Amino acid sequence: MSDPGTSAGITRADVAHLAGLSRIDLTDEELDRLAPQLAVILDSVATVSQVASQDIPPTSHAVPLQNVFREDVVRPGLTPEEALSGAPLVDQQRFAVPRILGEEA
Amino acid sequence: MSVTTDLEPVGFDEALTRYEPVFGLEVHVELGTATKMFCACDTTFGAEPNTQVCPVCLALPGALPVVNATAVESAIRIGLALNCSIASWCRFARKNYFYPDMPKNFQTSQYDEPIAFDGWMDVEVDGETFRVEIERAHMEEDTGKSLHVGGSTGRIHGASHSLLDYNRAGIPLVEIVTRPVVVPGDKAPAVARAYVQQLRELILALGVSDARMDQGSLRCDVNLSLRPAGTETLGTRSETKNVNSFRSVERAFRFEVGRHASLLDAGRSVVQETRHFHEDSGSTSSGREKSDAEDYRYFPEPDLVPVVPDAAWIEELRGTLPEQPSARRSRLQADWGLSDLDMRDVVGAGALDLVAATVEQGSSPAAARKWWLGELARAARERDVALDELGVSPTQVAEVQGLVDAGRVNDKLARQVFDGLLAGEGSPEEIVAARGLEVVSDDGALGEAVDRAIEANPDVAEKIRGGKQAAAGALIGAVMKEMRGQADAGRVRELIIERLS
Repeated sequence: MSDPGTSAGITRADVAHLAGLSRIDLTDEELDRLAPQLAVILDSVATVSQVASQDIPPTSHAVPLQNVFREDVVRPGLTPEEALSGAPLVDQQRFAVPRILGEEA
Repeated sequence: MSVTTDLEPVGFDEALTRYEPVFGLEVHVELGTATKMFCACDTTFGAEPNTQVCPVCLALPGALPVVNATAVESAIRIGLALNCSIASWCRFARKNYFYPDMPKNFQTSQYDEPIAFDGWMDVEVDGETFRVEIERAHMEEDTGKSLHVGGSTGRIHGASHSLLDYNRAGIPLVEIVTRPVVVPGDKAPAVARAYVQQLRELILALGVSDARMDQGSLRCDVNLSLRPAGTETLGTRSETKNVNSFRSVERAFRFEVGRHASLLDAGRSVVQETRHFHEDSGSTSSGREKSDAEDYRYFPEPDLVPVVPDAAWIEELRGTLPEQPSARRSRLQADWGLSDLDMRDVVGAGALDLVAATVEQGSSPAAARKWWLGELARAARERDVALDELGVSPTQVAEVQGLVDAGRVNDKLARQVFDGLLAGEGSPEEIVAARGLEVVSDDGALGEAVDRAIEANPDVAEKIRGGKQAAAGALIGAVMKEMRGQADAGRVRELIIERLS
């Protein structure tokens, strides 16, 4: 997991990598423009580490709750028609998506 | 793309003369809960596509997950049964990746805070015990199922579309990961297989999953690397997926040893990658190509709060654990009066639970063992499935033995009843009736056949008249042949002796 406290200076290559992972197609101009902007955002977040000392544990949840469980009892969900109503393409009662390249079944 | 198929794999035994294999196993167990991990959707196997889905598992905006209490209990019980420590505090994390099998674009899993860790399981192979250390057992969710259409081969290459069914998306999984295992190379494939086999028995005994490899509710990845014999540094590993039977665990292991050895012999390096095992050829092929794909950018799942099992709950769950497998084996061995060797055969064949259940249904231990390790083990080998995936139940085996005990069929006819069971022809009673398998002990029918046998073999008959009763075997054989094995052999002998003395 990336630690904003030490990330000062995200590089253009980092942004290109993240864009690739996120399936966002960025042009060279966009990379030139966005990389410095992201660096500013990360630096701003990193100021938190100036006040968060060793004795303050990292926070992942804003509310102090734990062990929120549900009983293992079936409840009806959506009908297939409802489930598929927002799908761009439906085939054989399934969500049809563009083919995936470069992997085997 | 790694091209590694141009080298002839080195034979397994030859590879062991130069290299030492180190392996690790990752086993995914699909839990048998009624509902999914984070939503209340039904989990019954085999439903029509997209009939067991809701806003949570379809990742519709605003939907929020809630953890299934039974799934957490099952995960803790698995951890305890594997002698693990249970985390006093742990969280779920998001494993980010873009692939349509998860509509969320991430899988909810546990990352560096597994629910259970640092355990072990003792595995028995050929009477020798090997300790397999468990690194962790963590909770996660299954993915949806893809169907690739448009291509001619059914593989993704050439497919025009992928069709997604999300019924399976979100079903609870527990992933059990071993530490690297080093055992003598010649035993290693058998140890790997026995580990999966015994782990499956344990899962069944816990009652947390049906653990069916053929339906994917127990799935195994084999991680393997080689290092020059006598060295300590670990080599580069491959991760073989799609290993869906006990036998495949051994086959995939042996194939990868040969493939790694051929690369290392040629001075090339092994590529760290995912490989797919192919049942038909017994070989593996390269899977994922991009190292980018392994960059999952885990972070704590903000929509789920920490899981904090208190000590009392853990102890309560510990109280629900089944008898330790080794203790149970000893107890059953004593009850059944088997030798160490006979017991080892039963365990090795994965027949322990089946024999036990058959005995519970009234069969003698000797008969139960005989059928499961003989007729049925042979059928399982022919079909390359586990014994309990044959479709023959312990109750049916006990029924067949009941017919034998009642003298209604003999062992030879019982084999034909098993053929019928394997072919799905109904219950043992129905098969006996439909196939006309009942033993004939009616004196009228038998007497006629005996008379014909005596007439056809006058020299044998003469010997018996002369007091050589042992010669009766030849006449019994002739009667059996005429009656297609369905004569009551004991009664036939009596009739022959009566007529010739």
